[in-house]
Amino acid sequence: MYPIILLSVLGIVVLFLGFMKSKNILLPATLLFLALALGSNFIDWNQGPLLYFYGMFSVTNLTLAFNAIVLISAFLIVAMTRGFQDDEEAQPAEYYGIMLFSLVGAIMIIGYEHLIIFFVGIEILSVAMYILTGSDKRNLRSNEASLKYFLMGAFATGIMLFGIALLYGATGAFSLTGIRGFVSTAAGAQSYILYAGLLLLLIGMLFKVSAAPFHFWTPDVYDGAPSIFTTFMSTIVKTAGFAAIFRLLSHSFAGIYDFWYITLAVITVLTLFVGNVVAVYQDSFKRMMAYSSISHAGYLLIALTALTAQTERSILFYSMAYSVATISAFGVLMLIAKEKSLDGRPNESYDAFNGLAKQNPLLAFVLTVSMLSLAGIPLTAGFWGKFFVFSSAADRGLIWMLVVAVLMSAVGIYYYFRVVIASYMKEGNTGKIRVAPFYQIVLVAATVITILFGLAPGFFEQLL
Amino acid sequence: MEPSMLQMPAIPEIIQLIPLKNYLILSTALFVIGIIGVLTRRNAIVIFMSIELMLNAANLLLIAFSSYKSDPAGQVFVFFIMAVAAAEVAVGLAIIVMIYRNTRTTDVGFLNKLKW
Repeated sequence: MYPIILLSVLGIVVLFLGFMKSKNILLPATLLFLALALGSNFIDWNQGPLLYFYGMFSVTNLTLAFNAIVLISAFLIVAMTRGFQDDEEAQPAEYYGIMLFSLVGAIMIIGYEHLIIFFVGIEILSVAMYILTGSDKRNLRSNEASLKYFLMGAFATGIMLFGIALLYGATGAFSLTGIRGFVSTAAGAQSYILYAGLLLLLIGMLFKVSAAPFHFWTPDVYDGAPSIFTTFMSTIVKTAGFAAIFRLLSHSFAGIYDFWYITLAVITVLTLFVGNVVAVYQDSFKRMMAYSSISHAGYLLIALTALTAQTERSILFYSMAYSVATISAFGVLMLIAKEKSLDGRPNESYDAFNGLAKQNPLLAFVLTVSMLSLAGIPLTAGFWGKFFVFSSAADRGLIWMLVVAVLMSAVGIYYYFRVVIASYMKEGNTGKIRVAPFYQIVLVAATVITILFGLAPGFFEQLL
Repeated sequence: MEPSMLQMPAIPEIIQLIPLKNYLILSTALFVIGIIGVLTRRNAIVIFMSIELMLNAANLLLIAFSSYKSDPAGQVFVFFIMAVAAAEVAVGLAIIVMIYRNTRTTDVGFLNKLKW
């Protein structure tokens, strides 16, 4: 609860700091505020399950851990912005303020107990993202991405709200416990309005985390948005979104598992298939990362479909591994795209990575580790993420789904390794790229986290 | 106290003559019209209007359920939806104006820079 209040206030403070003549204070101030929020997050640590705001918001160690992942990802991403100094048109104060506000939304949907909190949280998160996507005002690609994101996101919100209305009609409650109380009765198991409401609500939520067949906006939006905000979207929105879906299904609808698991299983397989297979055909690294984020949504959905006692932990570990690897991949991409820009536009194709390793061994190494982690190769965090997810599916006996998932991760190795091969094997004339010290620290930290949790995943369990 | 524990007077009998089912059918119809509008129209503003129609279908349904259950929680939710929808409209129209400035049109068919 504390980070919600703190971030709301500090977001406004950042907006006011924008009035100062020197823009240099914004970046350190935002980082400080994020660190404060992260610290305040742990005030409730080990206090047991707590309820705040008249029982509408709950805090447990696991939701705090999700908050921590979101806040640490945001910290790393903000550290990579370098104060938006390269861009004349940029409005750093607004960007940082909106980023802080969107984190409020993310934390709200991680711990909601009441659908009002969920709805308000998801809207805070999404509306902030629409703005950030379109922040490159003169760029037509950014404009298009933001309009597409906005229209699709608002459409999904409409569907979600209709689902919530139907759920309310069936159960007479907005709180998760109230809904669970109704679901466990005999009438609940028979109520078609309840089923319809659950399906519509799930469709709306799956839109936001870009699961197929509701993914079609993802590649365009991720491609068109400025890279730094693409990183923000693909890590924070996804982590928070999956925490929210897990909460809904496990706290309210575990009683009618047999009803929703088939729907979710079909969506999972479709997401895995679309994400991985279409990613193979991409020429742009950034667009490949968009499809890769769809495929990772698929792996996370496996854990949701299985819904065992270990699910929340496996989602937590997976989103941590995925976020860290994605941040470092985008970090390297942003440097190279800027270095190799064509006609004033950043070059995000695979070719831009040719011969990277010769002059920039550090960047090539960071990129390789993050690709290995995303592909799920042993000794990286991504491997253990996949391992936990797959083992929870095996516990549930979803063997056919596992077969699909393993095949699809084999496909994933192909497109993740393409960029590694380009940077080590291919000829290219990448000069030495100057990396700011702060930026370098972020890249190294992300890589160290990936390897550390890859070598000792048990360490993570002890932290909880 | 739980918000839903507050009591609300029951609705007059004359209104109860209309069964709740009719409201359900009406708002579902509005919702479907909204979805069809989003999927078939080409103008960003019209798509946007269709989305608002979907939101209002949900509002109507919430109010109907809330009245028939004599439970104010549903009506409170509608206030939240209205407030959030207003915020969304502000951002959405700003995005549409931004695009209009750059392309002089609001037809979504012109948005084809991004393709796989």
